[in-house]
Amino acid sequence: MTGLLGAFAEAWDEVRVHKARVVLSLVGVFLAVFALTTVTALGAIVAQSQQEQAERWGGRPATLAVTAFDTTTGAGVDAARWDAAVAGLVDRYGITGSATVSYADGLYRLPGGTQTVQTTRVSPSYGPLHRIRPVHGRWLREGDRASLSPALVVNEAFLSLLGHSDLSARPTVVIGGPQPVTATVVGVVREGFDQPLVYRVDRSGGDAAAASGGGPGPGFYGPPTLELWVPPGQADAVMATVRNDLALSLPGSQVDVYRTDDQGIGDSISTLRTAIRGAGVVALVLGGLGVLNVGLVTVRQRIREIGVRRSFGASSARIFSAVMLESVCATALAGVAAVAAAVLLVRNLPLTEWLADGVPLADDPGFPFEAAVEGMVAATAVGALAGLLPAVIAVRARVIDAIRF
Amino acid sequence: MSLLHLRGVGREVRLPDGSLLPVLTGVDLDVAAGEHVAVVGRSGSGKSTLLNLLGLLDTPTAGSYLLDGEPTDRLRARRRARLRGEVFGFVFQQFNLLPRRTAAENVAAPLLYARGRDYLLRRRTAREMLDRVGLGARADQVPERLSGGEQQRVAIARALVRSPRVVLADEPTGALDVETGAQVMALLARAAAENGAALVTITHDLSVAALADRRFRLDAGRLTPLDGGAALDAATAHRDPRTAGRTA
Repeated sequence: MTGLLGAFAEAWDEVRVHKARVVLSLVGVFLAVFALTTVTALGAIVAQSQQEQAERWGGRPATLAVTAFDTTTGAGVDAARWDAAVAGLVDRYGITGSATVSYADGLYRLPGGTQTVQTTRVSPSYGPLHRIRPVHGRWLREGDRASLSPALVVNEAFLSLLGHSDLSARPTVVIGGPQPVTATVVGVVREGFDQPLVYRVDRSGGDAAAASGGGPGPGFYGPPTLELWVPPGQADAVMATVRNDLALSLPGSQVDVYRTDDQGIGDSISTLRTAIRGAGVVALVLGGLGVLNVGLVTVRQRIREIGVRRSFGASSARIFSAVMLESVCATALAGVAAVAAAVLLVRNLPLTEWLADGVPLADDPGFPFEAAVEGMVAATAVGALAGLLPAVIAVRARVIDAIRF
Repeated sequence: MSLLHLRGVGREVRLPDGSLLPVLTGVDLDVAAGEHVAVVGRSGSGKSTLLNLLGLLDTPTAGSYLLDGEPTDRLRARRRARLRGEVFGFVFQQFNLLPRRTAAENVAAPLLYARGRDYLLRRRTAREMLDRVGLGARADQVPERLSGGEQQRVAIARALVRSPRVVLADEPTGALDVETGAQVMALLARAAAENGAALVTITHDLSVAALADRRFRLDAGRLTPLDGGAALDAATAHRDPRTAGRTA
């Protein structure tokens, strides 16, 4: 035990005594590990951001969209039949991740006059399925379906048309039509750029369309869509099953089932990660060469000292481990500093502004733990590899030549 | 049984042209515990090679070397290293202190290779040893800020810090002036005696050799006993002018 402690003490002593040399030799490793850790962490965050942006449009892997048309009229199936068929399907197969969505133009009485705005009528479960994170307020929830005032989640452009910059005044807006109703804005999302858009809960107590489940009606684009979140590996089987099942439940209808999630995003992210990792490894190899170079020069200058240590009773193994540990200790320290610097940098960069227009990540990975671990492992491995050759040279030095009584 | 027992020990080195050069031939030597032995000889006579063999830094090519009755030719490298640390203390002509370490750190350095209590108490032990050689007040000075005599005293403290059974000193006063050399040599002999350690001194300084219990002459690789100042005088072709007055 004391032998091991002694080896560490000896290595640390060498690092402590030769601070300037050690620091200079470690600049390359510090920069390399810093770059590797930073790009790995940024890569994970960028990948998460890309993933979430893709899922905001197409849903999480695997999201299946299910629609049905009456084959004779070409219109959507009767709302009551659709709702019953969907409820039965979800219940029968125990599908926990599902949402309904339909698209319509809504008439909103805004301070500048009544305006038609694209409205997406969704079930509350649509938000989690599409990772929608409001920048103000909240997303729709089940309780909104019972409210007499339909709940709306709008984008910043719509809120601006409404004359507000935030939700502190609890803004409301009248939705025009045959039966006007006052809706409440409960959340604001950052999407759609300058075009106003509205998410509206699919049905509510004061909604004329309450019974239809948001089904087809005036101003709607096509029939409602059922979205199912299923395991990617079972997507094809579920698609076939759902198609057959709904066709039996809705005779005379054509049922379409297709995937909406971006199946290529995984490959894109993987390619991005590989490229980033490659750059990091190249930087690390260059840093390691710097340490090796300094280590080789240093060990030749220390031959006499190594001979003296031999006279103290240092075995070959001890000399080897001391030189090796010196390199490992030093690079591990550089690794700690580099990882700390990378954490500081990444945590303080305005990444959501740069990557997602200020929309916070639904699953913020923070500073990826694996990036920190990878940085430390890389630093230590570089130290071990760069210390190997000097350690071999130190062991092979002839003691009597080194000491020269 | 003597502590160091050499019989017919020889050492040859291979030259670049492939031929063998005998450095030591048929060396017989016994050193008892606590004994002070001096070896004198001119440069190139094989003194350093003999010290390397005694300290297990080198191995003979002929003869036998028993360390406390144990043949050294069959020792594995790890065991040789351990014995070197535990049995021997080395004092070098050029001090060979570790640069940029304080005197205390230098003296504690051999204890890095010790075990258990010796390892754990190394700093305290080092300071006690520096006190013994009169350098307690200079314990935190680096070698670069110590005089030659002080450096050699640090080296002596370092050689004795593991309580070795044998101290091997190579020209311990070679880099010092006459007066300082005499003080250092007296300190070395006294400290070794207090520790009960045998002291083998290699020197060409006849006054240093004169301090020993027994003296030997090494010439062309052959070791022969010497007695008396006149014999000492004749033993070395190179008379150190600093000692000429005292040995004549």
